[in-house]
Amino acid sequence: MKGSPKKPASSDLSVPGVDLGQLERLLSFMSDHGLEEFEYAHGDLRIRLKKAVPQGAAAPVLALPVAQAAAPQSAVAQAPAGAPQAPSAASSALAPSAPAAAADEHIIKSPIVGTFYAGPSPDAGPFVRAGDVVEAGQTVCIIEAMKLMNEIEADISGEIARVMVENGQPVEYGEPLFALRPTGKKK
Amino acid sequence: MFRKILIANRGEIALRVIDACKELGIATVAVYSEADRNALHVRFADEAVCIGPARSSESYLNIPQVISAAEITNVDAIHPGYGFLSENANFAEVCEASHITFIGPSPDLLRMMGEKDQARREMSAAGVPIVPGSQGVVADEAAALSEATRIKYPVILKASAGGGGRGMRVVRGENELPGAFATASNEAQQAFGVADLYIEKFIERPRHIEFQVLGDKHGHVMHLGERECSIQRRHQKLIEESPSPAVDAKLRAELGARLVTALQHVGYTSAGTVEFLMDEDGSIYFIEMNARIQVEHPVTEMVTGVDLIKSQIRLATGEKLTDVVGNFALRGHAIECRINAEDPETFVPSAGHITVFRTPGGPGIRVDTAAHADAVIPPYYDSLVAKLIAFGDDRAEAIARMRRALEMFVVEGIKTSIPLQRKIMMDPDFSAGRLDTHFLDRFATSRVG
Repeated sequence: MKGSPKKPASSDLSVPGVDLGQLERLLSFMSDHGLEEFEYAHGDLRIRLKKAVPQGAAAPVLALPVAQAAAPQSAVAQAPAGAPQAPSAASSALAPSAPAAAADEHIIKSPIVGTFYAGPSPDAGPFVRAGDVVEAGQTVCIIEAMKLMNEIEADISGEIARVMVENGQPVEYGEPLFALRPTGKKK
Repeated sequence: MFRKILIANRGEIALRVIDACKELGIATVAVYSEADRNALHVRFADEAVCIGPARSSESYLNIPQVISAAEITNVDAIHPGYGFLSENANFAEVCEASHITFIGPSPDLLRMMGEKDQARREMSAAGVPIVPGSQGVVADEAAALSEATRIKYPVILKASAGGGGRGMRVVRGENELPGAFATASNEAQQAFGVADLYIEKFIERPRHIEFQVLGDKHGHVMHLGERECSIQRRHQKLIEESPSPAVDAKLRAELGARLVTALQHVGYTSAGTVEFLMDEDGSIYFIEMNARIQVEHPVTEMVTGVDLIKSQIRLATGEKLTDVVGNFALRGHAIECRINAEDPETFVPSAGHITVFRTPGGPGIRVDTAAHADAVIPPYYDSLVAKLIAFGDDRAEAIARMRRALEMFVVEGIKTSIPLQRKIMMDPDFSAGRLDTHFLDRFATSRVG
């Protein structure tokens, strides 16, 4: 039903002593079985995974089989402070309270429901990376909907500050895709 | 049984489908517009996908967005609710092509029932009475006179090329017909470019009677009795009840049998409602069929004990009708009031922030609603805030329960139709079952402030 298989979580995030692939499988297990909490202790290692309760009016979100659904709180606590992809501990990735845009940032949002692909094909690299400067009208990603590959364009020029979704991730209308620092040129 | 269902709707009906899915152990996916981000159907569904901005055309009616949401959440089936895409044959086809079960009739059946002339022909061929009229255009005044004599006055002349009241004339006697024919033809020519007219029996004070049906995928159809929905304003129903005070067991059995035969003949599946107009002499005529679940379905659920939404879901998996609906008997009487967010006298919509929302309870009371205290009723969709259903052992008890439930239903922050419905519940004509589709017009004009 979907297009290319999802790629694993970005390798930018690494947590010493923790197998993230294993954590992803645990989270997937939790989701599949509707578990809210999971605790594991073995020797010095203790892992506790708890599904975030949406704050205030945030809607429940897609239960995804990969790491976006719930923040591994204990694991993140040990992560280096500057880890660029550290998920927000209080909310799921698709909730409106996902990493808030900084004052100077413009968010490129998804205009359609579908599956996000960072590059033009499974083996090609991504269209853009953090740090790239894009022109208004430049293709920044593909969103597949109903078997059609839709090229999504930057609506303004700027520098990609953050890629806010993962390759293969299902996205909804209004999903934040990229945070841009505008360079002043509009489409 | 389906693992997961996407509900392509909002508001109270989306919650209703979630009710059924929870009981059947089916996971649910809600879709929502940006205006419904905090809506209850979003919060109670297991998963939710935002599909567009507030406007229905860009969200709830947006087929690619709905299908895409169904694909990324990997659902087995879609329940379309009522309104929106529920009778959209194209949408049903896209579901099929995407290997998602559409919980409703097939695209062909949706098309057939959507084509009013075709639906009438099918019903008529199966012995279901339709409104008597000319077969097509009446060539001239003489032909019109002859038809009118056959049908019996009053009759109505209608422009075949259009509607909206233009090129229409009611004729109550033979002497009026020539003049009316000339005027209506002229008007039709002016309005639509074609002077052609057809002629139909005119029903002065019709009662709106509708039958609930269910069909499985094995060729079996059954009916679950009728509802009376005569209390309407501009074709929008306000109060519905089952059974109809005007339908006796004999009529129910005879008409029910004929429409079951007709629907089995066309292979009808899922839920549907067959609509009739009843004349003052008790003659009843088929007008159209709604190939979907309806707003007022709870009234039938209360008097039959059959859960129509669970039935729809189970029938969509291929279960047989006899397994899904066991033996039941019509018992008691149920009335529904549609509580709308509108001024009870001017009917101007009243969207806004609900500050108090206290629903009634006690014996025989059911409330289907997606509203609550602090909820915001958005201005983009219909004004239905809640459905209040009262059930009793007989019609008098149902009315008594509805009266006290309306009295004890407190909504503040928006205006609602409750004051109007309270008055109707006290009305002697209503209590006596003297209903027809002009009831509300008379009610409005007879009230003195």
